[in-house]
Amino acid sequence: MKRVAILGATRGMGRALARRFVERGDFVAVLGRGADEVRRSVADLEARGVPGTRVAGFTCDLELPETFKPALEAAEQRLDGLDTVVVTAGAFATQEQLERDPALAARVLTVDFANTVLFCEEAKKKLLQRGGGTLCVFSSVAGDRGRSPVVLYGAAKAGLSAYLEGLDHKHRKDGLVTVCVKPGFVRTAMTEGLPTPPFAGDPEAVAGVVLEGLDAGTPVVYAPPVWRAVMTAIKAMPRFVMRRVKF
Amino acid sequence: MTDSRIEGWGRTAVMGQELQPDSLEQSPPVLFRGLGRSYGDSSLPPQESPVVVNTTRANRMLAFDGGTGLLRAEAGLSLLDLHRTLLPRGWFVPVTPGTQFVTLGGAVAADVHGKNHHVEGCFGAHVRRLKMRVADGRVLECGPDLERELFLATVGGMGLTGQILEVEFPMVRIPTPWIWQESERVSDIDEYVEKLKEAAPRWPMTVGWIDCLTPGRHMGRGILMKGRWAHSHEAPAHFPSEPPNVAFPIEAPEWLLNPLSIRAFNFAFYWKHLPRKLGGIVSPFSFFWPLDFVKGWNRMYGRRGFTQYQCVLPDAAGPGAARRFLEVLTRRGGASFLCVIKDCGPESPAFLSFPRPGISVALDIAIRNDTQALVDELNEHVLREGGRIYLAKDTFTRPEHFRAMEARLPRFLEVREKWDPQHRFRSAQSVRLFGDAP
Repeated sequence: MKRVAILGATRGMGRALARRFVERGDFVAVLGRGADEVRRSVADLEARGVPGTRVAGFTCDLELPETFKPALEAAEQRLDGLDTVVVTAGAFATQEQLERDPALAARVLTVDFANTVLFCEEAKKKLLQRGGGTLCVFSSVAGDRGRSPVVLYGAAKAGLSAYLEGLDHKHRKDGLVTVCVKPGFVRTAMTEGLPTPPFAGDPEAVAGVVLEGLDAGTPVVYAPPVWRAVMTAIKAMPRFVMRRVKF
Repeated sequence: MTDSRIEGWGRTAVMGQELQPDSLEQSPPVLFRGLGRSYGDSSLPPQESPVVVNTTRANRMLAFDGGTGLLRAEAGLSLLDLHRTLLPRGWFVPVTPGTQFVTLGGAVAADVHGKNHHVEGCFGAHVRRLKMRVADGRVLECGPDLERELFLATVGGMGLTGQILEVEFPMVRIPTPWIWQESERVSDIDEYVEKLKEAAPRWPMTVGWIDCLTPGRHMGRGILMKGRWAHSHEAPAHFPSEPPNVAFPIEAPEWLLNPLSIRAFNFAFYWKHLPRKLGGIVSPFSFFWPLDFVKGWNRMYGRRGFTQYQCVLPDAAGPGAARRFLEVLTRRGGASFLCVIKDCGPESPAFLSFPRPGISVALDIAIRNDTQALVDELNEHVLREGGRIYLAKDTFTRPEHFRAMEARLPRFLEVREKWDPQHRFRSAQSVRLFGDAP
């Protein structure tokens, strides 16, 4: 039985993953923006969870680093411990929007890289204190290679993926397992309005793949799994080809 | 954002934008749609401002009382999702239509009915509270005893009175998740209607499938199904497994459905039931939602799609109403796969709720060049019998026909006018039938 805090459990992939946890009896702390959203998600998980599951909720905002520590502490206290921390939250904007609006670019870069890392640092400390655990963070396939439609977003996610890999190398021996999830295109409110590419996934299916990787301690999880092959091909592409193709 | 094709289940479509937010709290004042299983144009936005909000991401349960079964949930929660969680714990919705791909909001808006209509009425009869956002932006609660007028216009009101945000109703305790079913081969329509009425006081769930191609003596022969929840001493100990999904592989060519293939199908369906009577334990999945495991079965009808024609012929039309309807249909060559027939119980006080005491007939019609003429003829017949049609299925009914069928319409429109004088919440269907303009 796990005791899990999920930053981003109110929506999308985080919501689907939180449901998987409570349906098998894990304890879940919902961390999210907006007290009302958190309250509604807690109610949902309470109704769906198998008897005996414990669910709690606390506000925590990736834009406000001062909320990280109190939220994790509250979660730990309410669940009588914490062995797994998951981050599905993040910010997204298209390359076009980010180029047009530097303030938005600053926000997305800060949230997706600097603040996510800071949150992980807090979580890392907590987990190491109790002798380890699992830190599972949603990066993106966009971080696997510099590509023209995701120059800025991809750069933030590349930084995040590199951080997570480093953390895994440094601390696996201490019992801290780091799982970097790289979702491909997943149909959520975040990707609404974008043209749907091939191999698009749904949050429920992604949650199943992530749960498996998280239980097994797989360092890098592609979801849907077909994206591992897609990204291997993209990473192998010579630069002169990458410059010509549109993705 | 580029426009995409927004389809009804019969594949009628409007090009437009379908927004799909995680939370319904800040959606624009336009029509809501759920899983888009209404057959016609009721969940499609109007052509002239083609924006609709899809509610299916708002799918959280907000409270469930394990003692009384009272559930409150966001309007985009589907029956499928709900039953996956609560059926293993012994709870079932009070009313289910023939598919689980229906959201709670959609179930309220169409005031869906099922095999237990003669006992339990429509879905709306069980709803205690709705949380709604109305045209002026106010968020409010309504129910049978609170803002009753708005409630009665919203149940069966096809989303035209406001946005349904949350639904509260009691789930029903069931003894086991299995069904005891008895089925019977019936040789013609009059016997059929008689047997349906006979079964009503003894069985909580009844429905039937009839052959609506064969004319003459065997017109309306078919299979009558009766069911009740199985008791624990009859039922298997394990939980019924969901049937594996298969996808309808292609958009079928139109020649696939021709009089010969349809006749062959009807023949096979009837004679597959070789013994006159059969009884036994069946899974709820095959009993309630037999087509759900074929994903995209609407592609069977090809590019032009299909329409479902569902009407209720009131008891007041006297005996033989179902026979007279089938006579009109078979005279035109039938043109339908199986036809679903069911007796209805009392009428709901909700202004536009479809069922009323009588016989409901539903048939799928592939869209061809003469479909409008066929629907017109059926509607004129139904009008003469004093019956009416079901908006959740309709694509072709003319406004004058609908007005003539629906004596309660002025009352509905009056209440809607009060809550949404500018008709912010309008659909392709409401533009067609009520002449809504911006």
